[in-house]
Amino acid sequence: MNQNRFDKIEKRAVRRKIVSRTVTYFLLTLWALMVLFPFYWMILTSVKSYGSYNAEYIPKFYTPAPTLENYRSAFTAVPLARYFLNTIIFTLATTGLMMIVIIPAAFAFSRLEFRGKNLVFTLFLSLMMIPNELVIITNFQTITNLGMRNTYLGLILPSVTSVFYIYLLKENFEQIPNELYKAAKVDGTSDFKYLLRVMLPISRPTIVTIIILKVIECWNSYVWPRLITDDEMYYLVSNGIQEIRENGFGRENVPAMMAAVVVISLPLIIIFLIFHKKIMAGVSRGGTKG
Amino acid sequence: MKKNNLKAWLYLLPAILFLGAFMVYPLIDVFVYSFEEGYNSAAQTSFGVGAYNYRYVLHDPYFLQAVKNTFILVIITVPLSTGISLLIALGLSSIKPLRNLFQTVYFLPYVTNTLAVGLVFMILFKKTDYTDGMINLLIQTFGGKSVDFIEGPYWAKMFVLSFYTIWIVMPFKILILTSALASVNEEYYKAARVDGTSKSRIFFKITLPMISPMIFYLVITGFIGAFKAYSDAVALFGTNLNAAGMNTIVGYIYDMLYGNSGGYPSYASAAAIILFSIVLTITVINLMISRKSLRS
Repeated sequence: MNQNRFDKIEKRAVRRKIVSRTVTYFLLTLWALMVLFPFYWMILTSVKSYGSYNAEYIPKFYTPAPTLENYRSAFTAVPLARYFLNTIIFTLATTGLMMIVIIPAAFAFSRLEFRGKNLVFTLFLSLMMIPNELVIITNFQTITNLGMRNTYLGLILPSVTSVFYIYLLKENFEQIPNELYKAAKVDGTSDFKYLLRVMLPISRPTIVTIIILKVIECWNSYVWPRLITDDEMYYLVSNGIQEIRENGFGRENVPAMMAAVVVISLPLIIIFLIFHKKIMAGVSRGGTKG
Repeated sequence: MKKNNLKAWLYLLPAILFLGAFMVYPLIDVFVYSFEEGYNSAAQTSFGVGAYNYRYVLHDPYFLQAVKNTFILVIITVPLSTGISLLIALGLSSIKPLRNLFQTVYFLPYVTNTLAVGLVFMILFKKTDYTDGMINLLIQTFGGKSVDFIEGPYWAKMFVLSFYTIWIVMPFKILILTSALASVNEEYYKAARVDGTSKSRIFFKITLPMISPMIFYLVITGFIGAFKAYSDAVALFGTNLNAAGMNTIVGYIYDMLYGNSGGYPSYASAAAIILFSIVLTITVINLMISRKSLRS
């Protein structure tokens, strides 16, 4: 009798667990679909022919005759390749310059002793709280007065420093035991050599994370490029896609637009698929969007 | 010692130069701009000093519309995105199989181009002569009436904007909350289970207090981020946000600076400083609330 009741309770507990599991998985799958659906839709639309897309009053969830025609027109009807090239140049130059600026700074803060170090570092940190919107107005005026609108330099210069990455790298450098530095000093190694030969290789994981996060930021940057370029020859992909939306293809050629969207999104998605662990670890250490 | 001093400054020089030119100087300059009356970009002259720019901005109907839009967006998206991401993070941490897959998928919007994917959302929600669009089709199947979400009534546009904003900010919040949940010491749960504590009690007495610093962090950064909304709106409604009636404060600043309505850095500066004061006030209030509730 008692055994019977025990079984019943146990069974009920198991059943309840199965139900809650199922509900959990169902809701998680639902959100996954919400995330993935726009991507599915852009790829699907991009392989529909212009005629068949506009003939579908009720959009179909598949297409019987996929075509790559839209990708061809994405590269021929609008200067998509040019936007792409601009973005690659911008991303590489900005990221490269940034590393050149932040590595020595992080090194100075983590290893060198000098008067006013704490004060300067505090000032640096306080700059982290300044929102971009406050400084962008003067930067716009500065770059305009320097005659650098519609140049790569004008695009790149204001975004080469990041206090946050200096901070991140400094924290990482400090974890390298000081004994190594002293030993190197005894051997007569110069600071600069020590930085290149010892610190950088040891900190490689952090440096790679910083590079990836900066590349993502550069690839998606929109506001500054929009302010500083009005010549299509200097548009980055974000501005390019906005231009395509407003003046390209003719407003109704949605499939060609979607092909452009796929092409623009692909590089970062590939980077994400390769490095997703690194990216997620880096972001959870304190990154924010943009 | 002296030599070392010099060398350290040399290492810092590039960073100081760039920060000085593009952060510190602009920061001072933006205040100067905001108080210079009648500043002319071309001649670089102004009539005098005063609060006229602020008065102008605060009486500009476009600015008031932008403030209203931004506040509605903040009030809708911050609680919703934080709440939903907490639910998702709890769900994620309660399962084992497929967990990593889900986590990776959920993070995908973080790396996408806001402008590009916004275009997809526009296509999904838009009603044209050729098609009612994917979402309207869904509404119709459930017996509703179709609406043009992109050029239709205000609430419909606000709905898409909020939806897209939430979609964009969720990856960051889910990631932060999942790692916060993972860092809660297992021992607490074991002890609670031995005591036969109910699930909801475990959540409110152990989980929530343990992760509340992270929740406050997300709420604070969420407020800051939502107040600065701009690209999502551009992605959905195009660059002429005033015409769509969907401008945000940041959008107003940029419109004042550049474009067909641009050329007024003084008004832009005044608006930027007003925005900054709003964000600062809200952040301070948030910090005070979080400090109070974390202590108790």
